[in-house]
Amino acid sequence: MNYEAVIGLEVHAELLTKTKIFCSCTTEFGGEPNTHVCPVCLGLPGTLPVLNKKVVEYAVKAGLALNCEISKFSKMDRKNYFYPDLPKAYQISQYDLPLCKNGYVEIETSDGVKKKIGLTRIHIEEDAGKLMHENIDGSLVDYNRTGVPLIEIVSEPDMRTPEEAYLYLTKLKSVLEYSEVSDCKMQEGSLRVDTNVSVRPVGSNEFGTKIELKNLNSFKAVQRALEYEIKRQIKLIENGEKIVQETRRWNEQKGVTESMRSKEEAHDYRYFPEPDLVPIIVSDEWKEEIRKSLPEMPEHKKERFVSQYGIPEYDASIITSSKPLADFFEKCALEYSSAKTISNWIMGEMMRLLKDTGKEIDEVPIKPHQMASLLNLIDNGTITGSIAKTVFEEMFMTGKNPDDIVEEKGLKQLSNEDELREIAVKVIKDNPKSVEDYKNGKEKALGFLVGQMMKATKGKANPQLANKLLREELSK
Amino acid sequence: MELHELKIHELHELLKNKEVSAVDVTKAYLERIKEVEPQVDALISITEEYALKKAEEADKMIQDGNINDLTGIPVIIKDNMCTENIRTTCASKMLEDFVPPYNATVVENLSNLGAVMVGKANLDEFAMGSSTENSAFKTTKNPWDLSRVPGGSSGGSAASVAADECAFSLGSDTGGSIRQPASLCGVVGMKPTYGLVSRYGLVAFASSLDQIGPLTKDVTDCAIVLNAIAGHDPKDSTSVDKMRKKDYKEFLKEDIKGIRIGYAKEFFGEGLDDGVRESIESSLKIFESLGAEIKEISLPYLDYALAAYYIVSSAEASSNLARYDGIRYGHVATNYEDLIDMYMVSRSEGFGKEVKRRIMLGTYALSSGYYDAYYNKALKVRTLIKKDYEKAFEDVDVIVGPTSPTTAFKIGERVEDPLAMYLADVYTVPVNIAGLPGLSLPCGLSNDLPVGLQIVGRHFDEGIVLNAAYAFEKACNFNAKPSFKGGAK
Amino acid sequence: MSITKDEVIHVAKLARLKFTDEELEMYSHQLDNIIKYVDKLNELNTDDVEPTAHIVPISNVFREDEVMPSMDREKILMNAKEKEDGCFKVPKIIE
Ligand SMILES: [Zn+2]
Repeated sequence: MNYEAVIGLEVHAELLTKTKIFCSCTTEFGGEPNTHVCPVCLGLPGTLPVLNKKVVEYAVKAGLALNCEISKFSKMDRKNYFYPDLPKAYQISQYDLPLCKNGYVEIETSDGVKKKIGLTRIHIEEDAGKLMHENIDGSLVDYNRTGVPLIEIVSEPDMRTPEEAYLYLTKLKSVLEYSEVSDCKMQEGSLRVDTNVSVRPVGSNEFGTKIELKNLNSFKAVQRALEYEIKRQIKLIENGEKIVQETRRWNEQKGVTESMRSKEEAHDYRYFPEPDLVPIIVSDEWKEEIRKSLPEMPEHKKERFVSQYGIPEYDASIITSSKPLADFFEKCALEYSSAKTISNWIMGEMMRLLKDTGKEIDEVPIKPHQMASLLNLIDNGTITGSIAKTVFEEMFMTGKNPDDIVEEKGLKQLSNEDELREIAVKVIKDNPKSVEDYKNGKEKALGFLVGQMMKATKGKANPQLANKLLREELSK
Repeated sequence: MELHELKIHELHELLKNKEVSAVDVTKAYLERIKEVEPQVDALISITEEYALKKAEEADKMIQDGNINDLTGIPVIIKDNMCTENIRTTCASKMLEDFVPPYNATVVENLSNLGAVMVGKANLDEFAMGSSTENSAFKTTKNPWDLSRVPGGSSGGSAASVAADECAFSLGSDTGGSIRQPASLCGVVGMKPTYGLVSRYGLVAFASSLDQIGPLTKDVTDCAIVLNAIAGHDPKDSTSVDKMRKKDYKEFLKEDIKGIRIGYAKEFFGEGLDDGVRESIESSLKIFESLGAEIKEISLPYLDYALAAYYIVSSAEASSNLARYDGIRYGHVATNYEDLIDMYMVSRSEGFGKEVKRRIMLGTYALSSGYYDAYYNKALKVRTLIKKDYEKAFEDVDVIVGPTSPTTAFKIGERVEDPLAMYLADVYTVPVNIAGLPGLSLPCGLSNDLPVGLQIVGRHFDEGIVLNAAYAFEKACNFNAKPSFKGGAK
Repeated sequence: MSITKDEVIHVAKLARLKFTDEELEMYSHQLDNIIKYVDKLNELNTDDVEPTAHIVPISNVFREDEVMPSMDREKILMNAKEKEDGCFKVPKIIE
């Protein structure tokens, strides 16, 4: 029998506000434990929350960017449960009246099929603190992150393959970055993903037993965990075994999902309206004001890049898939005349190094003006194209100026005719076989000899000059 | 007359004319506290050192010509309002050594005006109760008869005013916790409209019902204190905008001709003491003699208010009191197996019976499968009660009636029967449910115990309530003083 | 409606409270009485009635997104019984 998967995703994204959702403490990442804490976010007896207006605006912005309806009337609710990272023993969240609902994200699969993934809702809530378990005799609690604003984005169970889940997440992240509401840094926890998946025979309308997956630290991990979990579930069904509804944890090292076997009794969150906060009413005027503040979205940017900079559509779609990358491209294009060259470098070296190092674009220290100087060094003949790749890699790793790297490492292009002629003569003398071939009409042999000159100069020889001098010497 | 017997406005005259200093006044009250406190047990903390320092500051303000109505006036604060660096216990073992690092907004306001806090008042644990017997530390006695309760939960606040341990006190009122003890102790107590006074720093019992208010020796003082604590607070989202605040002293007029006064026939049903009934009926006659128009009204849903109240307040309390787990503050168990056990043992040891009872009721009412049957149902009944009052206020300007169905009852009389205890709030609870302003003032004695008259107004219409109360106070001329019956004195 | 002893045990767990058998007996009895009393609400038909969560109709109360200093860590930790390295300390949690 053929099976298909039914996948839904829950994404938590930290909003880029300066202060927490209900108090004026900073949301800055890091900081000594419990130094970004006040009586309100510590939940001291008697304290009261006051909602940060920016949180509502950012959530509405995200909702508009994700094609949602914005609720005219919404409210906050309490979600009650006990855990040491939750100082009030309830999380202020939204239950039955979320700020945004009924949106969608459009993805395009590798075979070019476009598909809309439905968004059930987006609501605002507060983050919990951080628990550290390194201690032998106890766990430590840091409340710096408590009260950092989050939006929770719940998808419909519309995805059928792990690839679709991956594409959905990539697209969602890009939209959130584009709308400037979240920096979506998974490594700092500002984007978190939970997924649930079930399998069923193709053609069935019923849902199978849902398994929730946790500990997904990257989009690739989501994809791999889903791939594993779908296979596991199909195997169980084929063996006639029952799937038990549970939460499983992705083990990245072993590449498997593991049962979490929590002792905790079934949750009963006892939601009820938060009496300390008043309803949120988003008027049409306010909504339109927020809509106006929305920056350009990926599709528009892509079209504009093609028409304005004349780069290929494929390149434009890759570059605009990430806001920081698109910003980098556009800033470079301001500093340097040939956008096509920049796009080639991004598509080539930049993407290669990002992939190899697993870095995110915003962790790369290269400044747009440095990128422009690098390209100028090629144009004015200071370095060769192949040396430029070495310099770029160094820039990628260290953030140094290209001029300094060239200077430090002595990478300047050799354009001194006398010097190069001497090397050409030596290369001809050392490679009689190739000289013979060349003279017998094998043009290719010249390429080998140029290569030998590059080798002798550690790639610094001006390739056109080397070519010219070799021809001259060979025709003597 | 002794200093401690004076009212705020009388003390103010003496201070303003520099006939006494704030330090003199404070010392006189501290002296009085030492004298009567062993009999009354109204206080959890006596803040002598702090008070003397504040009194000196107040004297400086007076010398600088910065005197206002409350400068140098001794006040007692209910011990569920946070006071910076001064222990705030909520009369609970849970918070026995909790020292807040911040001030409640009302405390800050009073401090800025130069009021002098001399102590923190006993209460029913976390303000849950009607007799102050639920305090983990002591049972406060009624100054009129020391074998009787002072009411609750602001029993310490009411008794301390009645016993002249301060010129005024602050209480909090969730279902009658200011008005009922004011009634039982023969003082004036007011619960303002929900949202008029900031709740920031008031340890929450039931957030949608809690409100801070004054307990004073007369209606004039009530208006003075209300002026000091009312108004918008950016730290409390449910506190109303600035426009709502008025100068309440302007409403202290004896003329109430033409004011329409309603009394609900439902007030005079089963459970009302005969003595209380008589006092209320003669109070209506006084109003009539002053030229007010007396009208019978009906509040048909009144009978359901108490049930709705116990659901709503307990549900909110179960959530508000979940934070007491011993991790960041408060009592923590010494013997436990693991984290969950630590929660359970700490909470079970830290909370008293009544608090646990309400947490249980509230948790049950919110739990899966019961939300609609209980909590949501209660919120719907809340709508009906609110509409009852709205309809009534189309025909009348204020509604008067008894504050409590009985005068002060005996200590221990109702502790075993929670429902009987809850019935003490039957007249006050609907006012919280509807968020209205309500004031209780003494209107007579029944068997040598004070009877309280409750006056309720429209939302933010504290003015007319004070007007009616002031006129009544002048006409009624209630001037009996507590006898400390059964005491050594 | 009435409340069973099993329900009382379940609710106590939800509320993180621990009772002796005797207390359990007492609370079951008292809660049952209170619940029977509040059941009188069911005499009322409220099908067309909106619930009132906030008695005073205000909405959109917000703060501006401006950073203010947090509280000194010493004060944040001052009421905690167990603390270490600037953190609150709890019994070891096994994840
Ligand atoms: Zn804070």
